[in-house]
Amino acid sequence: MKHVHGWLLLAPAALLLVAFTHYPAAATLYDSFFSTGTVVRPRHFVGLGNYAALAQDPIFWKVLGNNVAFALGTIPTSIALALLMAVWVNGRLPARALVRMSYFTPTILPMIAVANLWLFFYTPQIGLLDKLTSVFGAGSHNWLGDPHTVMACLAVMTVWKEAGFFMIFYLAALQSLPPELEEAAKIEGSSRWYFFRRVTFPLLMPTTLFVLVNATINSFKLVDHLFILTKGGPDNASNLLLYYIYQVAFSFFDTAYAATLTVVLLALLAALAIVQFVLVEKRVHYR
Amino acid sequence: MSAVEKAGAWVLALLWIAPLAYAAWAAVHPAALATHFDPFAPLTLANFRKAWSFAPFARQFLNTTMLVTMILAAQLVLCTLAGFAFARFDFAGREIAFGLVLVQLMVMPEVLIVENYRTMARLGLVDTIVGIGLPYMASAFGIFLLRQTFKTIPRELEEAARVEGCSMLGVLWRVYVPLARPTYLAYALVSVSYHWNNFLWPLIITNSVNTRPLTVGLAIFGAPESGVDWAVISAGTLMAVAPLLAAFLLFQRQFMQSFMQAGIK
Repeated sequence: MKHVHGWLLLAPAALLLVAFTHYPAAATLYDSFFSTGTVVRPRHFVGLGNYAALAQDPIFWKVLGNNVAFALGTIPTSIALALLMAVWVNGRLPARALVRMSYFTPTILPMIAVANLWLFFYTPQIGLLDKLTSVFGAGSHNWLGDPHTVMACLAVMTVWKEAGFFMIFYLAALQSLPPELEEAAKIEGSSRWYFFRRVTFPLLMPTTLFVLVNATINSFKLVDHLFILTKGGPDNASNLLLYYIYQVAFSFFDTAYAATLTVVLLALLAALAIVQFVLVEKRVHYR
Repeated sequence: MSAVEKAGAWVLALLWIAPLAYAAWAAVHPAALATHFDPFAPLTLANFRKAWSFAPFARQFLNTTMLVTMILAAQLVLCTLAGFAFARFDFAGREIAFGLVLVQLMVMPEVLIVENYRTMARLGLVDTIVGIGLPYMASAFGIFLLRQTFKTIPRELEEAARVEGCSMLGVLWRVYVPLARPTYLAYALVSVSYHWNNFLWPLIITNSVNTRPLTVGLAIFGAPESGVDWAVISAGTLMAVAPLLAAFLLFQRQFMQSFMQAGIK
């Protein structure tokens, strides 16, 4: 009876999970071995042909490089800021609740709204950034239209959006540290910075690792802002893998190639999941 | 904490709220004055009125509200049943099934846009609100969270209820669900925030005013091609985020705790 009941309870959720997670994942892999069918040329088996095309596709490599650059440009800065925010908000600070609210607020905004707000900062001539640089005598600059500055602009915006989210994990970790440590350090007369560097930071290492992996996974899924700000341009300078998949599938209608790109994304996410799993296991032993 | 650090914390806080404050400033001033910081500039609600008439905001609010309500209701039912199964029934294949459920934590439906679009086309659900919500209704996160919560509930309570003549579903409804109320609340906050803000999948699956949620509408409205001026875009963007923002300001602690649980899993 327990078998029947268990499966009956699970059945509705299992059906939907299979339909929208497992089946499409398998179908994507299967499709990546076929060509995209057209009216004159029905789809046919091409083996690893799509993967060979992928290896030759300069945009794919560019986009993958952008993903790495986006991750490197946003994650360490967000984590460092998050830690700083958490330490401050955890200390004796006047108007602490207000400060904490300010740090966290960007987290609950949709990325689309964030892009709308930030678009104006980056607009040439009338934008806030151009106004700021013109004070120093610099001329107008098309921040999002220049391949050299576009990624930095998007990275700054993303750091603003994400730092407050990572802060709450550090805040929780800080609150679970025994207060005796700080008292002991005070009696010993060690400076705040020394205490942070030698005691707090090492103790927060599990949190840092956890945030690091989650932020990396997140960085592959974060593409909404591209729809407003750059559409992946100029010349793919700000394009990211998931956005490229969207373009290939829904603008170029090459579904087989989109499936191949999706397989790469799934492989990356799976690799990260394994890293996460290993880290979690380690953390269990460590405690 | 030293004075320098306190000042630093405040400066950073001001910097962090500045983009939103600036949008609010622009939204309540005439477009021509949006970029001039004159504290005595005349205030106006014209931008909100304009935004409201430029885009079908009323319809989009309705669509988003229906969407998040429908998803949450389905998630609560499906995840409760599945979480209960995993927590209390020792059925064959349980561990494997649980592992397969957890796959969705990593592979969210928006990663598989091509195949999921195909499935929706086959089901005739393209451009429907059900089509936006269906892939999210069975949520691995919800199942996981409720399983963990149900596992902490002492079996004696269940046995007592059984003795009183409660059926299996009666036990679930009378014992487990009431005791898991904080978990439900935390989960609901995360789910509503996520789907209020979700964009990529709704963009792909909708193509008409009658189904488009706020985020998709906002993307059309805020795109540079739309030719709407900055003050109106600010007003529209603020309107779209207002309900969630207001809820956050009222229940800050609860929000932060829920988001944290969602992160840790």
